Amino acid sequence: MPDDMRAPASELPITIEDVSVRSGGVTVLDGVSLVLAPGDPTVLIGPNGSGKTSLIRLAMGLIAPTTGRITWGGRAASEGRRRAIVFQHPVMLRRSVAGNIAFALRSGAAAAARDRAGRIAALLDLVGLAGLDARPARRLSGGERQRLALARALARDPEVLFLDEPTANLDPAATKAVEDIIAKIAAAGVKIVLATHDLGEARRLAGDVVFMVRGRIHERTPAKPFFAMPATPEAQAFLKGDLVI
Amino acid sequence: MQDGTQLGVSTLDLILGGDPALYGIIALSLIVSVSATLLASAVGLPLGAFLALVRFPGRAAIVVVLNAFMGLPPVVVGLAMYLLLSRSGPLGFLGALFTPQAMILAQAVLVMPIVAALTRQTVEDLWIEYRDELTAMRIGPAGRVATLLWDARFSLVTTLLAGFGRAAAEVGTVMIVGGNIDGFTRTMTTAIALETSKGDLPLAVGLGIVLIALIIAVNAAAAVARRLGELHAG
Repeated sequence: MPDDMRAPASELPITIEDVSVRSGGVTVLDGVSLVLAPGDPTVLIGPNGSGKTSLIRLAMGLIAPTTGRITWGGRAASEGRRRAIVFQHPVMLRRSVAGNIAFALRSGAAAAARDRAGRIAALLDLVGLAGLDARPARRLSGGERQRLALARALARDPEVLFLDEPTANLDPAATKAVEDIIAKIAAAGVKIVLATHDLGEARRLAGDVVFMVRGRIHERTPAKPFFAMPATPEAQAFLKGDLVI
Repeated sequence: MQDGTQLGVSTLDLILGGDPALYGIIALSLIVSVSATLLASAVGLPLGAFLALVRFPGRAAIVVVLNAFMGLPPVVVGLAMYLLLSRSGPLGFLGALFTPQAMILAQAVLVMPIVAALTRQTVEDLWIEYRDELTAMRIGPAGRVATLLWDARFSLVTTLLAGFGRAAAEVGTVMIVGGNIDGFTRTMTTAIALETSKGDLPLAVGLGIVLIALIIAVNAAAAVARRLGELHAG
């Protein structure tokens, strides 16, 4: 069977073992160990600069560990065909809404050319952008851009979807629209790994929580006990709204 | 020497009179400049994008040379092309010296560094914005080049216009490799130079006006196309 006809190997679990990442003389991740397995959304929370984005980029394969080891589905190297990410400020390609999704479809594992129109329509419908397929993507509002970025990520048929502060700077209505889509994606079996410093969002979406401060993981626990009774003084202070630096 | 009024009347007569020789010169000038710009773009656009995206030893030196070559002296390029295309030169077997093809090739050599250098800068700036997104989508090097060139297309229109402007205004190179042969390789710029030296100012001024009008028209058309494209694609 040709390589491209084979189902891509599973990306999960993603196993991070004692990983440190240094960049420009600064340690952005410090001895991090974490397993991301199929299941409910994992939400990374912590103050700005705590390493949430770096951890997501590491797990996505966009940055390499300085020390330590990371594996995807037990493999040290992975093509990453079923990993996708939505950045805090997603770049809209200079083409239409449908053109952005078509681009992702062409780059991903899914959808032969003859299926593309149907896939594009289904994805636009899922993210509530049906009817906007011909609009230039750069003319969308902030919330619409995030939803298009979600559709574009889903076009890659991901097994795991990383979301880096996907609702930062959105108003409550746009935030709700994005969170509803994330919940639908999670319910469909896609592993969600989401970074946020919005505690409300974390409460609404998290199955389990990874709490980070200064590049280290301080707690990894199911969401309910974390919000009810955080174990570390830093997490207690963060949930109280105190400044954790 | 004619006074200003006489010169203006003679020039208008010439432009509006439908002189076939004049229109032949204008047509050849456009064909040579547009062809040279297209040829230079076929090489310069991917080369500039490649230099923007790929890091390799010696890249910085190539970028410096490319930037410097934006100011290549036309007569030097003309001389080099003459030596290449002359009967005893390495490309002499083509028999292209003193033909429009030689003029196109020579102008393309002049224009290519401009297209490549400006493309490199444009694509490099865009790559900063696109890097994470395209890397996350696992887009390979060829796909990155194609994507960035496409998404920078409206900015690159200005690059192509700069190249066309250089080609259209150029005289030294085409004079040397084209020979300024009446009815065969005479362009607007070489005709202006010749007619001025002969004292036939109405023709020289008329050609000058047409040349400037054409350059303005091409730039205006490109600006309209760019605006319409931006309206459509964002």
